Amino acid sequence: MTRQHNRPGSMAALHEEPARLELYHVTVAYGEYLVLDDVTAQVPHGARVAVVGPNGAGKSTLFKALMGLVPLQAGQIFIHGRPLGSHHDCVAYVPQREEVDWHFPVTVADVVMMGRYGHLGWLRRPTARDRAIVQRSLEQLGIADLAERPIGALSGGQQRRTFLARALAQEPHILLMDEPFTGIDVATLDTTLQVLDQLRTAQVTVLLSTHDLNLAATYFDQVILLNRRLIRYGPPEEVLTPETIMETFGGQVFWLEPQGDGRRMATASHCCPPEQSISLRRQ
Amino acid sequence: MMTFDWLVTPLAYGFMQRGLIASVLVGALCAVVGCYIVLRSMAFLGDALAHSILPGVAVAYLLQINLTIGALAAGIAVALGIAFLSRPGTLKEDTAIGILFAASLSLGVLLISTIRTYAVDLTHILFGNVLGVSPGDLWLIGGLACVVLITIVLLYKEFLVLSFDPVHAAALRLPVNLLRHLMLILLALTIVLSLQIVGVGLVAAMLVTPGATAYLVTRRLSHMMMLAAGLGAFSGVVGLYLSFYFNVASGAAVVLTATGVFVLVFLLAPHKGVLWSRRRPRM
Repeated sequence: MTRQHNRPGSMAALHEEPARLELYHVTVAYGEYLVLDDVTAQVPHGARVAVVGPNGAGKSTLFKALMGLVPLQAGQIFIHGRPLGSHHDCVAYVPQREEVDWHFPVTVADVVMMGRYGHLGWLRRPTARDRAIVQRSLEQLGIADLAERPIGALSGGQQRRTFLARALAQEPHILLMDEPFTGIDVATLDTTLQVLDQLRTAQVTVLLSTHDLNLAATYFDQVILLNRRLIRYGPPEEVLTPETIMETFGGQVFWLEPQGDGRRMATASHCCPPEQSISLRRQ
Repeated sequence: MMTFDWLVTPLAYGFMQRGLIASVLVGALCAVVGCYIVLRSMAFLGDALAHSILPGVAVAYLLQINLTIGALAAGIAVALGIAFLSRPGTLKEDTAIGILFAASLSLGVLLISTIRTYAVDLTHILFGNVLGVSPGDLWLIGGLACVVLITIVLLYKEFLVLSFDPVHAAALRLPVNLLRHLMLILLALTIVLSLQIVGVGLVAAMLVTPGATAYLVTRRLSHMMMLAAGLGAFSGVVGLYLSFYFNVASGAAVVLTATGVFVLVFLLAPHKGVLWSRRRPRM
């Protein structure tokens, strides 16, 4: 491991509001391999954060750690000042498309109702209020007419909307979205961005992983540059510099000419498998 | 009147009445539990659990206690053993099953090879003996079948979300491991109750075939379960009548009836059936 690259001072950005999602020295290992190495960040309540990094950078692992799905080798996570695990179901997760079994016999309404299960409790059936919340979530995503459709009979965009509707129905405080913009159609992108604005109004903290530096720079308050360790965390205009992007993505960056506003754009290749990007980092 | 006689004649025998009731109960129970097996691609687990029950039966025989109790103890022990070996971060579930299944089956064969007069009972364990169901057996089957089915109804939404999206189940802070273990125990109970009807060798078919058939024509898990239960019970009754009139092995007749229904549906089912898709190549 290359610990000499750690710069603890750069990531502790100061915020006016109290941070409501706090990560201190979060370290996750699969076997002997460190997937997340000493990640520290304080996310203020209601912030919209893009988690940017190449494949294999630990973005999904970071989300799993925030849900308590992977054990931390070291470090601590606090939500609203209390350690992870002492909360009900205030963290919602929108999975990547590949993580879902699309052949499972459930309808769109069934999936969205699953967002309510945490509020329902054992042995309880959905109440009129739960059904109203499901209906509202479906309408917010523009898929109310698809409610009785089996999920296998949806288009890719409709499938993504279904899972975003489920996350809304959960009424979370923190929403984690894993690569929601990858392979998305324009209409679904617009709807997703609208939903993100509504979530900001509702003071929901959103962490969203993406490859897309343009979207990260345009629509997000904060950016986490991640490649197993935290490269930089802060507002996009401070974080997204050629040096930090190069440091995060290594050989996966393609440079474009500076745009009219003087901002230099960069995009990262999507095609490199995780092993390849890891070997690039090691060289 | 001929048809009526054909149906009623076997009912004059007490063993046929008990056999029919047991077939209906076990056929329906296996089919309902089997829906989870089909959806989570765990057919191997069902088959392995059935075979790993053998040492329990052998020990019970040697100690001269009720064979069902021995089978139950072995089934639950192996189910929990699989859960223990396949904890997150250790072995994959099917690897754990492979290890325990072979070891347990070998132990069973080893124990049985020490018994000289075991041939008849062993055949019954391997292929079932539905016509040998005693009134006491029937009460045991009925009681435990009720326990399993009521548990599945009460925990319907928890098992649904666990099967469909374990990550969401964890995000909802459901006790995922506890539910997984409970599902394995319910499966073990179901298999033990099925032994007398279809035997160790054929339980997997009763678990998987009706569920797979129902899967082809339903869009929601609850509908799939109800249809599968009906198909399982139907196969039990029809198989038993075939066995009575043609003097063939009852367990095999039940399984082949279920297979026959599956083949028909596989060919003819709307949308998913083979012939349907051949008639409408555009879809």
